[in-house]
Amino acid sequence: MIVGNFPILAVITPLMAAPIAVLLRRPGAAWLLALVVTWATFTLSLVLLGQVLESGPIYLRIGGWDAPWGIEYRLDRVGGLVMVIVSAIGSVIMTYSRASVEKEIPKDRIYLFYAMYLLCLTGLLGITITGDVFNLFVFLEISSLSSYVLIALGSNRRALTAAYRYLIMGTIGATFYIIGVGLMYMQTGTLNMSDLATLMPTVIDSRVIHAALAFLTVGISLKLALFPLHMWLPNAYTFAPSTVSAFLAGTATKVAVYVLIRIVFTVFGGVVILKNIPGVQEILMTLAIAGIFVASAIAVFQDNIKRMLAYSSVAQIGYIILGISFASTTGLTGSIIHLFNHALMKTALFMVMGAISLRIGGVTITDMRGLGRRMPWTMAAFVVGGLSLIGIPLTVGFVSKWYLIKAAIEQDMLLIAGLIVLGSLNAVAYVWRIIEAAYFQEAPKNAAVAKEAPLSMLLPIWVMAGASIYFGINATWTLNIATDAAEALMSGIIQ
Amino acid sequence: MLSRKSVLRVVSKLLIPPILLFALYVQFHGDFGPGGGFQAGVIFASAFILYSLIFGAHAARLAAPSWLTRWMLSCGVLLYAGVGVATMLMGGDFLDYSVLASNPLLGQHIGISLIEFGVGTTVAGAMITIFLIFDGSILNRRDE
Repeated sequence: MIVGNFPILAVITPLMAAPIAVLLRRPGAAWLLALVVTWATFTLSLVLLGQVLESGPIYLRIGGWDAPWGIEYRLDRVGGLVMVIVSAIGSVIMTYSRASVEKEIPKDRIYLFYAMYLLCLTGLLGITITGDVFNLFVFLEISSLSSYVLIALGSNRRALTAAYRYLIMGTIGATFYIIGVGLMYMQTGTLNMSDLATLMPTVIDSRVIHAALAFLTVGISLKLALFPLHMWLPNAYTFAPSTVSAFLAGTATKVAVYVLIRIVFTVFGGVVILKNIPGVQEILMTLAIAGIFVASAIAVFQDNIKRMLAYSSVAQIGYIILGISFASTTGLTGSIIHLFNHALMKTALFMVMGAISLRIGGVTITDMRGLGRRMPWTMAAFVVGGLSLIGIPLTVGFVSKWYLIKAAIEQDMLLIAGLIVLGSLNAVAYVWRIIEAAYFQEAPKNAAVAKEAPLSMLLPIWVMAGASIYFGINATWTLNIATDAAEALMSGIIQ
Repeated sequence: MLSRKSVLRVVSKLLIPPILLFALYVQFHGDFGPGGGFQAGVIFASAFILYSLIFGAHAARLAAPSWLTRWMLSCGVLLYAGVGVATMLMGGDFLDYSVLASNPLLGQHIGISLIEFGVGTTVAGAMITIFLIFDGSILNRRDE
């Protein structure tokens, strides 16, 4: 009985923990609660993914109402994988967060931080598991509203304007999404994803559905920060507390990408859309490539490393969207696997920034000078993450780039394949600047005396950095899931 | 100061109890007619907002101290989710109220009343909190 309810438990456990954290009020107690709950959801997600891999998608109805009338929870391979990513990052960062949060957030607000973190996790997990487009909107709002608050908690006053800008852009995105859902509902009379997929072929040629697709794509693209709709992201990641940057960089945009995959491939029956509606594929591809180059070029000139990593995130989102735009199994596999891989490395990199900001107090390029000697373990993790960002063999970044290039060559798009390689060279430029500063420059005379980050931070950082090496060498597990998920999505069969 | 206008003071004092009562009516009648937790919560909070407009935010804070609104915010959510967990423990789906009593219809009544009460509590708490936070004087006394 309880086992059958695991999908819903994974979502409501953090949901219920959030108000309890508010009632506890003591920072330590709230942290402990959040720690237990995040690890519990991670365990649940792993069990669920195991079930999905073994015996196919899981269905669960809510409130005793059968689909398509009631809300249905539906977990398949791609959803299960994203769910594991989100909950894994959520739990690792919670282990890491305590010291960083105590330094960066006023003491009387720490319990609110943990409550918001748990709510954000609730929303993100809910998105991965729901099989209802309106329920997805509700979870999207839960996660977005709490992430606005999380960003606004940053100690720099510019965090407020960053959060405000994200709020405006995010709300426009959510509004567009719900307009799209409304138009689909108008034409089909249903909100259930499987039901929508069944009814969609009969109405696909209507102008209303084309408008719905346009609204949905633009709305979700705002959320996932596809170039040129990424303007909210750099400031939000730069001024948010370090823990929040690490958490959002690894989860929020990834889940938005998942929503795009879900809508394009499940609700609309994918291949039909990307191939048959003229322009969709070309627009996505052009924007993805533009994003890779423009954002990487801007990243090279950033002095604040958090901002540099944020621009690099926009570029990496470009790779993921590029994979989707191929509309082939290999391309989609590349996207899904890069979703996983980029989450690992970007979280590790932002966690390193959190540790540096704890010890040094700043994360500009001048702060990095000579850090290789003063914080050897932390900077070594940064090197691992950086190499992975470039896509050096034996790191996860290589695996995903390999698949993207393969997908491009499969379709005889040699130019695109070349551009992917060229984009990676851009990453070399911005990662090298930091490695050079950290290892080949002397620390300034008046530099703060810095010691190695505490073990409570170093360990989670290395879990992430280690994972980005491990899954780079032994990618069988992730690749199998990604390939199966991509095949299922491409076949458009509603299981 | 609005509190010196005796007409306003008397009328608002006369109005506040019926407003609260009406909120409860909307709350508990939501099962049978228009209404429900959200509307009831807003109406309930509007009584506090009227009180605060006439007598000042300080007086309103005494009536609804921050610990109280915090408990209202949290407990409403917990009640809602708690009902869902209870239905799961009793062998039904999440939020399947039919299992709450031996008679499914009665179970539905109990379930919907409980979760609407949760909604009402949280909405009232949120409305009061938002209004009082916007009042500048609260910002200067954050420690309370």
